Amino acid sequence: MSVKVRLDQIPKEKYSLPGNAACPGCPHMIGLKIVGKAFRGEATLVIPAGCSSIVPGYHPYTSLDMRVIHVPFASAPAVATGISRALKIRGEDIGPVIVWAGDGATFDIGFATLSGSAVRNEDIIYIVSDNEAYMNTGVQASGSTMYGARTTTTPILGKKDRRKEIDLIMLMHKIPYVATASIAYPLDFYEKLLKASKIKGFRFIHLFSPCPPGWRFDDSKTVEIARLAVETGAWILFEYAEGKLTISPPSRIYADKSKRKPLREYLELQGRFKGISEEDLKIIEEMIDENWRVLETLSKIYS
Amino acid sequence: MGSMGRVKTALIGNHAVAYAVKMARVKFIAAYPITPQTIIVEKLAEMVEKGELEAEFVNVESEFAALSATMGAAMAGARAFTATSSHGLLYMYEMIWWAAGARVPFVMAVANRAIGPPWNIHTDHNDILTMRDSGWIISMAENVQETFDLIIQSYRIAEDQRVLLPVAVGLEGFILSHTAEYIELPDQWDVDSFLPSRDPDKPYRFKAGERYTVGGLGSDENYMMLKIAAEKAMINAEQVINEVDRDFGKIFGREYGGLVERYKVDDAKYLVISTGSWSGTIKQAVDILRDEGYPVGLLRLRFIRPFPSMDISKNISGVRGVIVFDRDISLGRGGIIASETQPYVGESSSFWGVVAGLGGVDVSSREFADVIKMFISEHESNGFSRRDLLFYMNGEVFEL
Repeated sequence: MSVKVRLDQIPKEKYSLPGNAACPGCPHMIGLKIVGKAFRGEATLVIPAGCSSIVPGYHPYTSLDMRVIHVPFASAPAVATGISRALKIRGEDIGPVIVWAGDGATFDIGFATLSGSAVRNEDIIYIVSDNEAYMNTGVQASGSTMYGARTTTTPILGKKDRRKEIDLIMLMHKIPYVATASIAYPLDFYEKLLKASKIKGFRFIHLFSPCPPGWRFDDSKTVEIARLAVETGAWILFEYAEGKLTISPPSRIYADKSKRKPLREYLELQGRFKGISEEDLKIIEEMIDENWRVLETLSKIYS
Repeated sequence: MGSMGRVKTALIGNHAVAYAVKMARVKFIAAYPITPQTIIVEKLAEMVEKGELEAEFVNVESEFAALSATMGAAMAGARAFTATSSHGLLYMYEMIWWAAGARVPFVMAVANRAIGPPWNIHTDHNDILTMRDSGWIISMAENVQETFDLIIQSYRIAEDQRVLLPVAVGLEGFILSHTAEYIELPDQWDVDSFLPSRDPDKPYRFKAGERYTVGGLGSDENYMMLKIAAEKAMINAEQVINEVDRDFGKIFGREYGGLVERYKVDDAKYLVISTGSWSGTIKQAVDILRDEGYPVGLLRLRFIRPFPSMDISKNISGVRGVIVFDRDISLGRGGIIASETQPYVGESSSFWGVVAGLGGVDVSSREFADVIKMFISEHESNGFSRRDLLFYMNGEVFEL
């Protein structure tokens, strides 16, 4: 079941509107724009605490032309469980129930509810729009923050813990769908949303969302940075569905390390990695290589 | 649907809750096991698996998730239920406020249990009283029959368009949760006529083409306006609770008095105030004292929120003294019910606030009678006695 979409098949209508409260260059609004179009606004978004609690805007205005339920930090997958079950009881199909969460809610404080909902295989699409730190409270390190990155709670030496491999953890929950996506590859993300929507049960999509103020890069470069992450192999687009794990088309060529752009090119655009030591750079490179080895091995196991 | 008629049967409090949930035609249940609540959800799980109850039953990973999921289901229009106790309730605490603030109507049973340390699985009322300021309607049952009846009544109250707030029903751990009493199970047809099915689109519309935002960012004034609206709902709830209890009486032949139950209050010169199951023991104490010639009555608070201020001031006026028994304590202030009752007690009336029974410490009817007698004798010998915080344990009344 592959879903191929041409650019001209994507709806012109907008379900995330301009004039919102996001920072310039915010990746979440790019992601939400694609989510809105994929379901033509007929989705119920459950949003835990994070940037997305704020960026849709201030009552009585909203920039999201969808049903949106804002809930406390750790609760979103459980609230979505209740909503999804109640809609099942009502027997009404009004589009998917989607958790739209940040990395803090996903990797850290909400991890138990995420895991619980996944093992129950709730009929939910869970999207983590990952900007790799607690950006809404001022750039504190999260379980997703990259090794070596400076945040306000890893201010001088940079983060010395590894990031949690959330996709692999979710994969091992044996849910029917796991994918990574990137705001720099909207068609790939759009296709993955459509594919996920055709599957019942718990679907997990990890969306790469670089944050200009948090990562300290110019707000015109959000998409460029996101693309570089893929081109340097640092972010790997893949999909697990119907028992098969495949590296997604935009990432495929970078399985060959010689085809990747130098990692330094991606990191040096970001203030959070400014002056990173050669040693830390090497550690990050090794982590990336390991991720490729794991995913390529998994793609053979799940083939 | 087949009419079963009314059935007299022996049930423990936890099973009574489960039967009430079933007869209320609840469609969604999520809960995490915690002593002494566990049996409620075990029974409900069994009913669902046997096909006796057509509902979604979700085994969640924590009490926090239980309340979150229940709130989500109720938001999306399902009649929903969960149950908890003590530490589980505290683990839910963030969602307690969110559910009430978002005006989501559903019912939660609280098998009252002390909060550690030290670990203690026995009863007191401090767990449910932590919900006091959150916007939940809070009720306390006296016996197994009332536990059943309160669950049924609570759905009518929660879903009333004038209220739209969640309701907590307290039943004391082990004393009610695990003790079998004879109760009358009503006819399903009667329950259905008392409790119509829920309008799934109130307060939130989950419909194709409907777009809205719940809980998003608003102005400070907007926040305050919503709190004022919820307070108005609490005021409305006083009337709704009384109406619901009267309607309940018409159909089921049992009426409790609304927010409060009055026991031998009419000619009482001394008034005892309490809540929960030990009120039954206090009624025995009142009977003992009446036999000995003391003009004593009991005002039992069936609801803590909304606080029955009107009922209390009405019944207090003209009495010589008021003694409140608290099975809870707000450390640094004393008994919670005593401190909330005190403003309604006239300056010339005697007043004692007595904290007892914490962590399940037992108090017999004879002991209650003795403490009440000490209160009366101090009033009668001195003409007045005012002690805001006394403790009672093992035969001794003492101040710190």
